[in-house]
Amino acid sequence: MKQIISLSINGKQFEDAVSDNMLLIDYLRNTRGLTGTKTGCDGGECGACTVIIDGQARPSCITLASTCHGASIETIEGQARNGILTPLQQAFHENLGTQCGFCTPGMILTAEALLRHNPDPSEDEIKQALGGNLCRCTGYVKIIKSVRTAAEANP
Amino acid sequence: MIEPIKGTVVGQPVPLVDGIEKVTGKAVFTADLIAPDNLTGRILRSPVSHGRIIRIDTSKAEALEGVTAIVTGEDCAFTYGVIPIAMNEYPIARDRVRYRGEAVAAVAAVDARTAEAALELIELEIEELPAVYTPKESRAVGAELLHDNKPGNLEREVHHEFGNVEDGFASADLVSQEVFHCAEINHAQMEPHAALAEYDVSRDHLTLHSVSQVPFYVHLTLARCLEMDTSHIRVVKPFVGGGFGSRTETLNFEIIAALLARKAGGKVMMQLTREETFITHRGRPDTEVKMKIGLSKSGKITAAACEVVMSGGAYAGYGLVTILYAGALLHGIYDVPTIKYDGYRVYTNHPPCGAMRGHGTVDVRHAFECLLDRMARQLNLDPFEVRKANMLAAPMFTANGLMINSYGLPECLEKVKAASGWNERIGQMPEGRGLGMACSHYVSGAAKPVHWTGEPHAVVSMKLDFDGGITAFTGASDIGQGSTTIVAMAAAEILGVDLGRVRVLTNDSAVTPKDNGSYSSRVTFMVGNAAIEAAKAMREKLVAAAATKLDVSPDEVECEGESFFVAGSSQSALPFQDVAIAALASEGTINVKGTFTTPVEAQGGKHRGGAVGSTMGFSYAAQVVEVAVDPDTGQIAVDKVWVALDCGFAINPLAVEGQIEGSVWMGMGQGLSEETHYKNGLPVHGNFLDYRVPTIVESPDIEVHIVESIDPLGPFGAKEAGEGALSGFPPALANAVANAIQTDVNFLPLTPDRLLVALNKSRRAARRKEAS
Repeated sequence: MKQIISLSINGKQFEDAVSDNMLLIDYLRNTRGLTGTKTGCDGGECGACTVIIDGQARPSCITLASTCHGASIETIEGQARNGILTPLQQAFHENLGTQCGFCTPGMILTAEALLRHNPDPSEDEIKQALGGNLCRCTGYVKIIKSVRTAAEANP
Repeated sequence: MIEPIKGTVVGQPVPLVDGIEKVTGKAVFTADLIAPDNLTGRILRSPVSHGRIIRIDTSKAEALEGVTAIVTGEDCAFTYGVIPIAMNEYPIARDRVRYRGEAVAAVAAVDARTAEAALELIELEIEELPAVYTPKESRAVGAELLHDNKPGNLEREVHHEFGNVEDGFASADLVSQEVFHCAEINHAQMEPHAALAEYDVSRDHLTLHSVSQVPFYVHLTLARCLEMDTSHIRVVKPFVGGGFGSRTETLNFEIIAALLARKAGGKVMMQLTREETFITHRGRPDTEVKMKIGLSKSGKITAAACEVVMSGGAYAGYGLVTILYAGALLHGIYDVPTIKYDGYRVYTNHPPCGAMRGHGTVDVRHAFECLLDRMARQLNLDPFEVRKANMLAAPMFTANGLMINSYGLPECLEKVKAASGWNERIGQMPEGRGLGMACSHYVSGAAKPVHWTGEPHAVVSMKLDFDGGITAFTGASDIGQGSTTIVAMAAAEILGVDLGRVRVLTNDSAVTPKDNGSYSSRVTFMVGNAAIEAAKAMREKLVAAAATKLDVSPDEVECEGESFFVAGSSQSALPFQDVAIAALASEGTINVKGTFTTPVEAQGGKHRGGAVGSTMGFSYAAQVVEVAVDPDTGQIAVDKVWVALDCGFAINPLAVEGQIEGSVWMGMGQGLSEETHYKNGLPVHGNFLDYRVPTIVESPDIEVHIVESIDPLGPFGAKEAGEGALSGFPPALANAVANAIQTDVNFLPLTPDRLLVALNKSRRAARRKEAS
């Protein structure tokens, strides 16, 4: 069965027919060509697929596209405006919060959702928020630093 | 070869030149190459650990609408493997399967659902054979052989003795021996495996995009397995989401994707699940290390003997190199007068092991550093003092022929001792809290490549064209470690230009020169040197043009800050663009190249297997780990790590820090929680819930100290930085736990259950002692 969903992605409005069992990540990557959102595991284990749905960081690999009718979705492609990096993107780049870059989109979006709710998070609060996002390269040290740097850059 | 460090670019912390793509989602990884004409590939895997294939009937699957190609072992009669003398694996099993999950057939279809439905329709009949899962079972008399030419299921045994080890033990005041067991672990790089194969029927051309660390091996392997001329193949490596060694061999899914694409006459996307990525494996083998050390009262090591048994899985892979590394790198860190090594790499019916960060050395270093600490305790010696009593003096050659030109370990020890407050804190901490330390080292590139051709070990070419842009071409695979940035920095430094003027094109066999790949921490050392040479060749051309314009001799011209000038002269400087136009006027587009060849004396001892472990220079690391242990739950919290690493020279200190943090942390994963589990050969760890990679929550602050010993052969004096610190973590952790709760554990990882068992044992022993 298919249904029509109408949703906003990175501020643009879309209307698409999606099958009931289509995952949001497949919709974003295959239907909408937004491949910045990554699949790192077989379902909800690693956080690489995290997008922001109505202000909340959510794993798109265990979210059905059909449940996003009427939602406002943000992916990594929609973060920089007119090519200007967000404070988080800038901080992850400059502090080497990204090495291979595969976990980075999910990491940045989870951190983005955190900073909107809590603009000045402590190290513990950063750790709690990013607890579901695995990174295999950095040991997380520079990820924490990147989030702190972004928080300080964005008073 | 050593360059004066000017430091206008090198030595500065530089964000990755390809970092913007990574933070904006523009970085295209293999699985992102989505196109409407992609077919979907899926692999049918063996349901048994060991068996004879009686029958595969694909007729029903072929008849399914939407299925475009099916391949089985019949479609490829050629073995493959990373070591030319040990290629004993078929891309798709023929006649025999040797581990659960081995590929037995594959399907290409119009979509995933059809491909998966087709797998269900393939009829597979297998006669099960007895399976062996441990070296003990595997080496037992009468055990079923995995490979008929390998009696006793032994892939390789190694016996090396340098000096007379018995004499060494006889001269010791204390001789101890312990057996350590380290569980098998997996790289768990964040990007699951993927390959996109496109076959052009009209031209008989194959293009493969893949996640490889060594696209050049993949290229050769495709030619071999598909019986194609190498000139008809193109291999491209897009952005790669980590490797850590998992992709230093050609992997079966890459060949299977190509076989399917050729049969389908089209384009096949093969994306493995996380579970399949775990099954493809090539991780660090389950290893038993029997370590024996002789020590004098003053802490001088008199001898070491080590026996290693590795449970290597079902195929050779990198196995013989792993078992050789384990012995070779007993040398090269401390002054040990005599060392004996016996290594056994054993076949078992599990997915094949291979190279993983710190290849071959980690479990042996763990055993050595743990035992040394315990002996120091017995002799009432400080762990730092014991290490310092056994320092090497560079330049030198080790007993097994390894060349050492730079040795910053003493400084590393001083740095972490001071930073951790060791002297003030050790022995003064409350029960349950402890400090531990250990040292480690690693090669900066294998001096002899696996595929020995006589060619230079690295080639970088460089182009200057009408736009004034410098383009460097390299086959070196950036897998997140920042090698592309190193090439750009080397070029900018030598040419005295802004980093923004340099573009680096990588990893397309149709465009970039061959590179041996990203393994053994070779890239900065070898490719960095080649990039310097290429930039020097380019500089020579530009300086000649500038000299003509300035009417001076070329050796009077200097280039810096995007301009050319006569040193100490009042003559005005020429901007880069003007010099570029002048240089191009005489010959058009300028193409130059630089190469690096490892010196013969770096290539190791003459004994059998002597090339493994040989390198131009070793990185050295010392680290201190602070833990808090909960005696009721056995839970260990790592609160802080202080690590110092001698990387020769930090070309990019930001990336060096990142590599050290990442490798220490990966050592922590192995130390605390990571291990694979199999049930009758069935991998039951194939996800991130059962395979416990540390999360950000339990990850400590890692304080990095960079030590620069300036290696005479290294690019700007640099050595490796991405592996050396890893193997020090597990023993520093175990030593810290021993310090915290006076309990030694001979098993990795130090999971709470194992720690509780050990704790209860030592409590019982203490009670018995008290009672008596």
